[in-house]
Amino acid sequence: MSAVPPAANSAADGAANSAVDLTLDVAVGQTRELTLVRDLTRTRIVQYAGASGDFNPVHTDERFAVEAAGYPSVFAHGMLTMGMAGRVITEWFGPESPLRYEARFRTPVFPGATLTARAEVESVDGSAGTATVTLAVTDQHGAVVMTGTAVVRTSAGGAGFEDK
Amino acid sequence: MAVERFPVEGGHIMMFARAIGDLDPAYHGAMTGTPAIAPPTFVWAADHYDPDSAVRPKPGEPWVGSGSTPSGTGGPESADLGLHAEQRFEYHRPVREGDVLSAVDRPGRTWTKEGRRGGALTFAERVTEYRDQNGEPVVTSTLVTVRTARPVGAGE
Repeated sequence: MSAVPPAANSAADGAANSAVDLTLDVAVGQTRELTLVRDLTRTRIVQYAGASGDFNPVHTDERFAVEAAGYPSVFAHGMLTMGMAGRVITEWFGPESPLRYEARFRTPVFPGATLTARAEVESVDGSAGTATVTLAVTDQHGAVVMTGTAVVRTSAGGAGFEDK
Repeated sequence: MAVERFPVEGGHIMMFARAIGDLDPAYHGAMTGTPAIAPPTFVWAADHYDPDSAVRPKPGEPWVGSGSTPSGTGGPESADLGLHAEQRFEYHRPVREGDVLSAVDRPGRTWTKEGRRGGALTFAERVTEYRDQNGEPVVTSTLVTVRTARPVGAGE
């Protein structure tokens, strides 16, 4: 949501702090949920292929995927799901906040999928100005298609790299 | 993957951000004349700058994908790219428009595991270091691929 520094977007749940506080009010157990996509289309998968340069035909070519490779249909790049899920992190903590971002792809995501990402603060390191956030992406049937972890900066002056 | 020059351009960031469904203005500076920030997974698009990318059709070369036949002109070897099991990014700093990145990769660990439905799964890591035009590290990427005896999702 924000092009502004993370400190100014008051993203933390229940934050009611003064404008001069440069630290997000982040606490263990806070959660965020975001719908990433509704009824994923093949065109959207092709759009990601074009942007990423990954034209593997199992993602982009229904005839190949079904008749040559033996899949039920084309399926999304894992990196499309990981890319979409990154929003729940960057909208919460800011686009320059990630120090680490890791994902495990649990099961293929097929066209028609509606995906929801849920992020939860697992730990906070106040002195380092960082937090560890766990992620789970589920489909419309409740199946977990991706799990992940991110380590983010929670303060403008915290650990990691300097601000722009 | 060996990429000598991956210029991080605002228009490319915008197209990537659209593809992942992210309308954060930080990624759409190309529309407003503002230098863009790249989304966290943007370096995945480095394939566009890899002359040897196996996942991009190249003029005049065989490609595994349907044409007059379901599998096209590519050989069976090119069809076996493996599946993406895990991905890890470590950010030394954010990627921004104007960066000119290079990337070199090296093999990481490999291991095998018995699949739930039988058959061995073979996992392999590939570690890619992205550096900027000054040679400073920007992103370390670890890709984990898995090769399975049968297509994932078939009948699951």
